[in-house]
Parts: sequence; C-alpha cells; structure tokens
Amino acid sequence: MEYLIHLAILVSIYAILALSLNLAVGYAGILSVTHAAFFGIGAYATAILSTRYDVNFFLALVVGAALTAVASFLIGAVLSRFRGDFVALGSVGFNMIVWSILLNWQELTRGPLGIPGIGRPELGIWNIEYSFSSNFSFLLLALCFLLLVYLAARFIERSSFGRVLKAIREDEEALEVFGYKALHYKLAIFTIGAMLASVAGALFAAYITFIDPSTFTINESIFILSAIILGGLASNKGAVIGAVVLILLPELLRFVGFPSDIAAQTRQAVYGLMLIVLMLYRPQGLVGEYKL
Amino acid sequence: MILQTQHLYKHFDGVKAVDHLSISFEKGKITGVIGPNGSGKSTLINLLTGFIPFDSGEVIIAHTHHFTKVKCSDVAGYGLTRTFQDVRLFEQMPVLDNVLVVLTERSVFGALFEKHGKFHLAKAEEVLTRVGLFEKRHALARNLSYGQRKLLEIARVLAMNPEVIFFDEPFAGLFPEMRKVVVSVMQELKRQGKTQILVEHNMELIRELSDRCVVLDSGELLAEGEPSHVLAKREVIEAYLGE
Repeated sequence: MEYLIHLAILVSIYAILALSLNLAVGYAGILSVTHAAFFGIGAYATAILSTRYDVNFFLALVVGAALTAVASFLIGAVLSRFRGDFVALGSVGFNMIVWSILLNWQELTRGPLGIPGIGRPELGIWNIEYSFSSNFSFLLLALCFLLLVYLAARFIERSSFGRVLKAIREDEEALEVFGYKALHYKLAIFTIGAMLASVAGALFAAYITFIDPSTFTINESIFILSAIILGGLASNKGAVIGAVVLILLPELLRFVGFPSDIAAQTRQAVYGLMLIVLMLYRPQGLVGEYKL
Repeated sequence: MILQTQHLYKHFDGVKAVDHLSISFEKGKITGVIGPNGSGKSTLINLLTGFIPFDSGEVIIAHTHHFTKVKCSDVAGYGLTRTFQDVRLFEQMPVLDNVLVVLTERSVFGALFEKHGKFHLAKAEEVLTRVGLFEKRHALARNLSYGQRKLLEIARVLAMNPEVIFFDEPFAGLFPEMRKVVVSVMQELKRQGKTQILVEHNMELIRELSDRCVVLDSGELLAEGEPSHVLAKREVIEAYLGE
C-alpha cells in the first residue's frame, strides 16, 4: 500500500508539472524546455527556507513561487526575443544556467551534496496543528494542490485569456492586427506556468526530504515535455494522463522482471518509442486535439 | 483625409518596393489600389499596418497622429485593421472562436476575467450569419473551404468594427455567390462611413465598388482619381499590359 501511495504522490507532483507546462506549450505555443529549472527553484526555496530559517512549508511555498515568478519573467522576457525553434534552444540554455547555479553556488545550495532533512509540511490554524508526516496525509495534500492547479488551468483554458493564448499559438502576427500585444500574454502565461511548477517543486522537496541538482536537469524538462506531448497538447486531461503514463510505465517494467539497471535503460527506450509512434500515428497525443 | 503617407519608402535588397509614396485615403470612401504584380500594393498595406517597417517617410492618421514607425499591435488602437492576400486564420480553433477572439478585452487581466461573454457570443454569431458561416461556427477553421476562409477573415474584421479596413484581394478565388456577400458587406461598411482600401486585380469590381482609385507601378504612384478616368489612362493600360 505504501508503494501505491508513493506512486500516487509522484503522479500528483508530475501532473502539476505537466499541467503547468501545458499552459505555456500547449495553449500559447511557447516551446519551453526549461520547466525543470522552475521546478528546481521552487524545491530549493522550500528546502533552504525550511531547513535554515525554519520557515513553515506553506510560507516557503509562497516565497518560492514569488522567486520563480521573478526568474521566469526575466527568462521569458529574454526568450521573447527568439522566434520558432530558437525559443526551445534558448530555454535549454536557461535550464543549464539554473542547474549550474544549483550545482555551484555551494554556500546557498550545498552543491552536489544536496539539502537533506527537509521537513514535512505542518499546518497550524486556530490552535489546530497538523503535520503531513505520514505518506497518506501527504498524498491528500498533494491531491489538493493537484486539484487546485487543475481548476486554475481549466479556468485559464476556458477564459477569453485562454482563447487569446490559442490564437497566439496559431498566428501571433495575425492576432496583433486586432490590437493584441502578444508579448504581454506570453509573459503572463509563462510566469503563471513557472509559478505552478514551483509549487510542484515545493511538494517534491517536502516529500522526498532531500534534493540535489541532479533532479532539475534538461532531462527532467524533456521528461515533462514528453508527458504533455504524450497525453495531448492543449488538453488538461491529456497533461494528467501523460504524467500518469510516464510515471507508472517504468513501474510496470519492474514487474516484467528486467534487472534494475537494464530496466532503467529500457524505460528510456520505451519513452522514445512511444513518442515516435505517437508522432507517426497520433500527433495530437492520447486525448489532445492540437497537432504540433 | 483619414490616412496619409508622406514620402513613404521601403526597399528590399536594393529593389524599391515603395518609392517615396505620398498618397491619402478619404474617410468613408472605398479606394481601389491597383497595379501589376510586384507594384507594391501588398507591401503598402504591410507598411501601413506595421507588418513590415518602412525605411523612411511618415504615416499620418486622422491628421493628428504622425508615425515614423508603425507597430502592428498599435494601429488597431487607431481603428485600422486588415485582411490578408494569403488568408491567415487561427487554424486549429473553431470558426466561432476565430471571431470571439477579436471581441475579447485586449489587456491580460481584462481577458482573464472577461464579463461580456453572452454579448460577445451574440455579436460573433451575428457577423458569422452576415457572411453565411453561422452553420460552420463549430467547425475548425482549417476545415473550411478556400472561399469560406476568406469570408471568415471578413467576419473577423466586421466583429472588430474598425474605422479603416485594408482588404488585400478579398475576391480572389471566391465563387460568384461569395463575391456577392463580400460586395454587399463592403457596400454596407461604406454606408456606415467606414474607410476601405481595396487591393484588387478585377477591374470590374474596382469600377463597381471604388469611389477613388490609385495605381501603383514599381512602388511609385502612377495615377489616381475617379476609377473610370484612371482605368482609361494610357500609362495605366501600358503598365498592366507591359507595352
């Protein structure tokens, strides 16, 4: 049972990441490969604030989201100078920069040693104190955040703002003829998506209780991107389904009986194969409508 | 005059696309812009709507706003918009959304908390009915026929209710029934006092619709005036026939 709860928590965290990336990639067409950087900023903000300054998880989460908002706004402003595929290349660069900072700013992040001993969230309201120390209670907390992020993503998708984002994805120049400043919309959604990714980072740090830079590499960004392409771009359900499939698939491979080192390699090959098959036969993903 | 250019100049790799052009468009009139291929008609529209920057010269809107640089997203604020020679729709969005997006609040927060949903829906359905696309409102734009795509572009323009509209070959590739729709839309816009600039190769349509006509050749103004007079000029005929 603990194993299933563990998987459900990971699925929840990655579903938040997929939903948040889908806002920028799926709806606005900003091909970002830097989401792990925002995931990392959120995780490190929570880890540093809670271990060094004894800040409550929820406050640390808010501070992390604010820091991520600033970072993503600046990164987004630079990326807006690029067009087409260069956005993806530029975003890879930013992921590398953030990862390098996490690795090398040792006074702050402890570098490759990582930050251990991150506490589980605690809630104290009107003399009622509760600690999410058990995995089951943490799962409930993660599911609450997932629900909130899902509802936020759905609200954005169904709003006029969401419609403008889709139009930007389709033809930014043609939209500007009607008086829209596409840059404002793109910066807004890029920042919102990054802030939501930082929430996933905070949850991840508090759940695993240890983080190091190896979790926040470009590979992680590609993994999250794969999840939303697999599930279906511009689909909130697709983002969640993509995260579920990509998190649970390697677990299924365990039961096939491969040795663990071979299973890890097989997992990467299966991910790649799935994406190739999808691109060939269902480019809009499992439940998506939008074609790349 | 609602829109003027003064010494507008644009070149591409040494080729003069628009050569120190000074022309004006009268308020409430339809001005036909004609000329052989490569004469600078579409480039002129692209310059005036900020799609491409001009090298020198000036654009004046309503006598008071002088621009030495035009930004695409800004000109709409002065009530200018356009259609495209090669139709540019939001392909993977439904027809209705292609129109609704024009009606949305322009600011980020305004769009996020839009409060005029029902009003905008009614307006979008009204303009789609006007161009005969109401039945197609839930279809994706990419699934429309060529003529329907042209009509959807015009529906978007109608939804915006602009003061100045640039039509870049709106009749090209349309069936006669669809042409009638576009003609009637343009005539209705004229009755409403809108200023229209029509780039078109069909001289019959230019004669039928235009109050005034300007002829471009190699980016220069060759002739301007009342269509029947302009089209009878020898230099205009020569420019078209290459004599």
